[in-house]
Amino acid sequence: MIELSQVSKRFQAGGKVIDAVLPTDLTIRSGEVYGLLGFSGAGKSTLLRLINRLEEPSGGSVRIDGQEMVGLTGDALRQARQRMGMIFQQFNLLSHRSALRNVEFSLEVAGVPASRRRARAREAMAAVGLSDREQSYPAQLSGGQRQRVAIARALATSPTILLCDEATSALDPHTALSILRLLQQLNRERGMTIVIVTHDIKVANYLCQHCVVLERGRVVDRIDMAAPQPQSLLGKFFFETAKGWTDQTVLPQEET
Amino acid sequence: MNNLFDALVQFGPDLVKATLDTLLMVSATMVSAALIGTPLGVLLFTSGSGGLYPRPLLNRVVGYIVNVLRSFPFIILLVILIPFSRLVVGTSIGPKAAAVALSFAVIPFFARLVEQNLRDVPRGIIDMAQACGASTRTTIVKVLLAEAMPALVGSFTVTATGFIAYSAVAGAVGAGGLGDLAIRYGYYRFETSVMVWCVVIMFVLVQGTQIAGGWLARKIDKR
Repeated sequence: MIELSQVSKRFQAGGKVIDAVLPTDLTIRSGEVYGLLGFSGAGKSTLLRLINRLEEPSGGSVRIDGQEMVGLTGDALRQARQRMGMIFQQFNLLSHRSALRNVEFSLEVAGVPASRRRARAREAMAAVGLSDREQSYPAQLSGGQRQRVAIARALATSPTILLCDEATSALDPHTALSILRLLQQLNRERGMTIVIVTHDIKVANYLCQHCVVLERGRVVDRIDMAAPQPQSLLGKFFFETAKGWTDQTVLPQEET
Repeated sequence: MNNLFDALVQFGPDLVKATLDTLLMVSATMVSAALIGTPLGVLLFTSGSGGLYPRPLLNRVVGYIVNVLRSFPFIILLVILIPFSRLVVGTSIGPKAAAVALSFAVIPFFARLVEQNLRDVPRGIIDMAQACGASTRTTIVKVLLAEAMPALVGSFTVTATGFIAYSAVAGAVGAGGLGDLAIRYGYYRFETSVMVWCVVIMFVLVQGTQIAGGWLARKIDKR
């Protein structure tokens, strides 16, 4: 379970104050797929990065399975992070390592002995369907394959939570769907909790049980995807555009 | 042409010794660059704003020291460092003393190149390492330096070729080496053939370094 309470993030740059995330409460139950939906700059990525403290919260509390993340330092923070996997829009693979060695990276960091690393990395590569590309370098792989390697790297340490930062945004729709299917399979078969940041309602529709809609650092809508009833203009816009864009589609920014 | 070959016979031993002196000076200089310049570059990068371990004051102080050292005209650095060279290598003249001064010149220069190479590693890669729970040390060694390695090899090569030429200036403190020989014989004593041979040998050294460095950088670059 991930519990955020009154968590916020304020950036200060050259005298300018930007509230990327205003105090926010959020509870994500174990085994759930949870969407953070919003346009660029809404603060959804920052909110995700507050969960594993890639961003330092300006206030509030972040609890993972009852453990408070805020204030953890050194080894304690690193161990807490090792219990969460993370994947990114740009995959962030190490270009100088083969796919298999990229997967081994998270195992090295987690202190898995060298004798067991290879086998566990192979298992993870098999789980994402890439056993035949173990020796390829990232530059030799397609975008979808790179994201699969990144997922294998996140899986290898058997985390219970997977954080996805726009994981399918850089992929064509066909590849994106194959990655979403893989994520769904991980959720169903391993009971993995998945938090996914996206600006694409199709992603949320396909994968998520619950969603929040973010706008300028604020949660403006909380949606149960089993029976979506968006209340906000932005939430309605997202569900409206799920049917496709028309001349009648109202851009929420124009109204506010 | 005859002159050239006569010179080769007459000054052959001098040319060999000068080549060895140059190689000694440049090798020692590049060892300093690698062993001291690299960590200094890492420090400049990690302590900078947006670095892994921002320490603004430390960053500024180190930055100033680096810039001060880089501002010195090399010939002045040579003279200032005479007492220090005597302390470290026991002499204030010759290739060893020159290597001390060349090291002082190369360390801040190479550190800035390393800093820039690390800056060019995509930010997301660092995020990934942090998200995996990597320590600062692991992030620096296995991620930053490893990802920047092709660029670092390139910077090292450029620095080495630059300092092969630079080492000639060290002739001013009797450093020996090819540059020194070229100036003393070729320039002051009008032995043009000696100067030509010196330049030819230096060209071979520079070219060889560049080819070797380029080959290595390409070999390790998997992008």
